Formats: sequence, structure tokens, C-alpha cells
Amino acid sequence: MQAYRTLTRRELARYFLTSTGYIIIAAVTFLIGFSFVVLLLKLQQDSTLMPVTELFYITPFFWLILLLAPPVITMRLFALEKFSGTFETLMTTPVSDLQVVLAKFTAALIFYVVMWLPLLGCVLIVRHYTSDPAALDAGALGTTFLGIVLLGCLFISLGCCASALTRSQGVAAMLSLMLSVSLFLLSFLAKELPGTSSWQAQALGFFSLVEQMHDFARGIIDTRPMVLYLSLTAFFLFLTLRAVESRRWK
Amino acid sequence: MRNGLMIQVANLTKRYAGHTAVSNISFTVERGEIVGLLGPNGAGKSTTMRILACFLPGTSGTVRIAGLDVFHQSDEVRRRIGYMPENNPLHLDMRVREYLKFRARLKGLSRKQSRGRGDIVMEQCGITDVSRRIIGQLSKGYRQRVGLADALVNEPELLILDEPTIGLDPNQIRSVRQLIKGLAGNHTVLISTHILPEAEMTCNRMVIMYEGRIMAAGTSENLQRLMSNTNQVIAEIAAPLADLNECWAQTAEIQQFDVSPAEGEYFRCALTARNGLDLRPIVYSLARERGWYLRELTLTRYSLEDIYVHVTRPDEEKEEGA
Repeated sequence: MQAYRTLTRRELARYFLTSTGYIIIAAVTFLIGFSFVVLLLKLQQDSTLMPVTELFYITPFFWLILLLAPPVITMRLFALEKFSGTFETLMTTPVSDLQVVLAKFTAALIFYVVMWLPLLGCVLIVRHYTSDPAALDAGALGTTFLGIVLLGCLFISLGCCASALTRSQGVAAMLSLMLSVSLFLLSFLAKELPGTSSWQAQALGFFSLVEQMHDFARGIIDTRPMVLYLSLTAFFLFLTLRAVESRRWK
Repeated sequence: MRNGLMIQVANLTKRYAGHTAVSNISFTVERGEIVGLLGPNGAGKSTTMRILACFLPGTSGTVRIAGLDVFHQSDEVRRRIGYMPENNPLHLDMRVREYLKFRARLKGLSRKQSRGRGDIVMEQCGITDVSRRIIGQLSKGYRQRVGLADALVNEPELLILDEPTIGLDPNQIRSVRQLIKGLAGNHTVLISTHILPEAEMTCNRMVIMYEGRIMAAGTSENLQRLMSNTNQVIAEIAAPLADLNECWAQTAEIQQFDVSPAEGEYFRCALTARNGLDLRPIVYSLARERGWYLRELTLTRYSLEDIYVHVTRPDEEKEEGA
């Protein structure tokens, strides 16, 4: 437990000791700011029944952040350690492979959540200037963040896995970006298939991240995507663990 | 358990896809010894050390450290060792004190212990004055000492140092060497190097590896004895070159000779005896018989370098012949 905590703290500190963390947060804040401008323009036009979180979700910047940030956050985790050789000094201390994988995942997830906090600021600004308190429902805000965190778990575990497979940060980032974009595009593939009753369409329907996240932003909690995201996260973390252990049998 | 064996390696083999890095080696190291693992690049030194440090498992054979199996009791073994890999990788974005504390915590020391041990090893390695500097901004010599301090921070019974002086300038090498020598007694140390004088100066015993096998092992004197059946004598003699060549060729006791000009009329003859004979009396009597001036006559003591070349050469000769 001590090793896990020490490692998590160290990994988290690393984002802030180098410029990477600040650059990521700045870029994300910039994109959230863009979304915020779009959102305000929409609010100025006709009246709408959509909650603010949904309005925010349907701006194109949302998925841009969700897809681009995790690869950049995770690319360094294992690849850099392997490249610089510190992986060897790490694995010869009495820590288990599982502790290392979980610590790195936790640190990346915490950073990811911190990175989204400017969104909360934007929402609070809207709340401050609207006369109607119903415009901002705490429940909808909660489910939006739940959705963001769950999708974050999935993409970050995927990024961990990509990073554990290679020594190059660039390759790790491209690999995880490619995989997460493919996963994201499955939603559109499901829509394109003729006849929603065919089994292919139904199977793909389970992976329609766009629809699922839309529900979260609307304030709907569906357990099916939750189970999907959490089990996929566990699966990718398991693969990461295998990749870390691979030095033993390669 | 003060006495006894620290490292027991038995029939260790490590195969990577396509080639064998370490093939069927066995050796032991006693507590408190400083042992040098010598060999050219690619001899399997680093692989052996990685297996000892529990980073890689061997393909077959057993390795025990302080009586514990490195594969089955890996956690216990890792608590007892300090390992510094080749090229000494460090977290360059951290400060020295912070890094040592982080490493101590990873190695299972309590918060208080890690602070105390951090201060002790910084003192021991002479890096107290840079404790607040960022590691990435330190010179290579200092970084090397930070690596050593890291290896020492958990008071390991066994220190495994892979090429600890590589890339340092002579003064830095001397100070690192001094530091390692100072560790003898309290710690068992296994050092790998391909720099011979280093091993000769710091180690009690040497294990010479070549192409994944152990070619020779023992103390410097033991290794000398290993070479004694090929004694060599150097003689500086003033005589016509043709006479010298003819004389050596006719002497039955001389297996091989090499004559090269020295200053003035003198020639330097390197004579190798058959069956480990001492050639000095023979050379002296020959010189007296023929009226040559003899100004030097020495039996060469083999340096570690000769031994090293000797044990790592058989394969090269084969290659040349092929």
C-alpha cells in the first residue's frame, strides 16, 4: 500500500514538475472556453429545453478533448520509464507489477479529473448570471461528470496499455489515439447499418459512446454503459499488467 | 547469518529469442566480498546482474541471494539488494533529497527512516551539498553518486553495480572507486566492468566472462598461477640481430621468441619458455658463453590484462583461422 501511494504521488507530481501538465491543462481550458462561447451564443438565441450540460456536450469541442487528452496524459507512463531505463530501477524495488500499473492509472485519472475542472468554472458562471436556478440542475451536472470520468477510465486504461507496449512515447500516443478514435467511430457505424434490428447493429449499439455520453449529459444514468466502461477498463488494465510482466517471459 | 554465502548461482542459463546470453554459469560470492564481473561488451555481465536483481528470470538454473530464491522469493530478495543498472538511470526532474526519499519509501522504509537514511547516504556519497539541486542539472560524477546513494539507501546486504564508473573522468573514477572500497565489510558488492585496472584495484576476487560463459574465476594471484605455465622472460642484449635469432631458434627450451630493437646496440628479446621453465639462468649462461652484454633480465608477471586476453582469446583465434 505504501509503495502504491508513493508511486501515485510521484506520478501525479511528475505532471506538475514538468511543463506537460500545464500545457495539457492550458489546451483543455482553451477548448472548454471555446465551447463556452458557443454555449453562450446558443443561450442568447431561442429558448431551449436542454440542460446547460447537454448544450455543452453537443459542441464539437467536447469529444475533441475527450479523445485527444488521454493519449497525451498516458503516453509517458511506461514508455518514458522504459526509454530512460528507470523502469529497471523501479522494478527491482520490492513493488509488485500490479501496484505499478494501478498507481500509474490512478495518477493519470486524477490528473484527468483535475484537467476537467475548468468546465465546472464555466458552469458556475452560467449559474451566477441566470435568474432561473432550474437552468442548472446539480443532478445533470453530476451525471455529466460521471460520464466524463467513466469514459476517462476507459481511454486512460487504453492509453496505459499502449504505453506499456512500447519504448517510444510517440508510438504510444498514436496507438492509443488510433484505438480510442476507432472505438468512438463505432457509434457512427451502428447508425449507418441498415435495419436497427440486425444483430450487427445491436452489437455495435452497445458501443455507441456518443449516444451513451449524450444520455449522461442529459442527466440519465444507464447502468449498461457503466458496466461496459468499467469492464473495458479492467480488461485494458489487465492487458497492461500482462505487458509489464512480459519481460519475464519474452 | 554474518558468514556464509551471499550469492549462489548454479547452472544459470538465459536465452533470448535467437541467442543465448548466459550459458550454464555457476559461481558463489561470500558475505563481505567485493567481486568483479569482468568481460568484454556483450559477454553476458549485464544479463547476469539483471537476473540477480530480480529484473529478469533465468531460463534455467537457480540463483539464491542470502539463501533466498530470486524467482520464488523475489520480494524478499529485492528488499535485501541495492542495484544500480548500467548508465545509471535517474528521474532527472527531481531534486536529489526528494529522489532519495522517494526511492527509500518505494523500498519499504518508513517516512522517518527514509529521511534519516537519505541524510546518511548523502553524507556517505558526498552529495549533501547538492541535496537541493535538480538531478538533471548535476554533472555526471554527481549523478553517479546519486545512483550509488540510491542503491545504498535501504542498507542492502548485497550491492549490484553495473559499470559504476563508465563515462567518468579519472578523478571521478577515483572517488567512486574509493567509495566502493569503503563499503567492503558491511556490504557484499558485485561490480561489473570491462576496465581491468578498476577490477584489480577494487575487487578481492574476479569472475571473467566471455560469450556467456565463465572463463576464469579467482583472486588476482590465483589467476596469475593460471598463467604460470606460459612464463615469459624479457632480456635486453647487445649482439648482432642474426646471432640472436639463430641462438634462440636453436635453444630447445624456448618455445617462442620475439626480438625488437631497443636503444643503441641493444635488442629487446621476449622469450616464452616451454613447460613453464624459468629461462633466466639459461639466457644468462648463453650470454656469458658468447660474450654478449646483458643489461636486463626479467621474468614478467602477468597483469590481469594478459590473463583477460588469454582467456578471451581462444575464440578469436578460431575466428581468424576460419
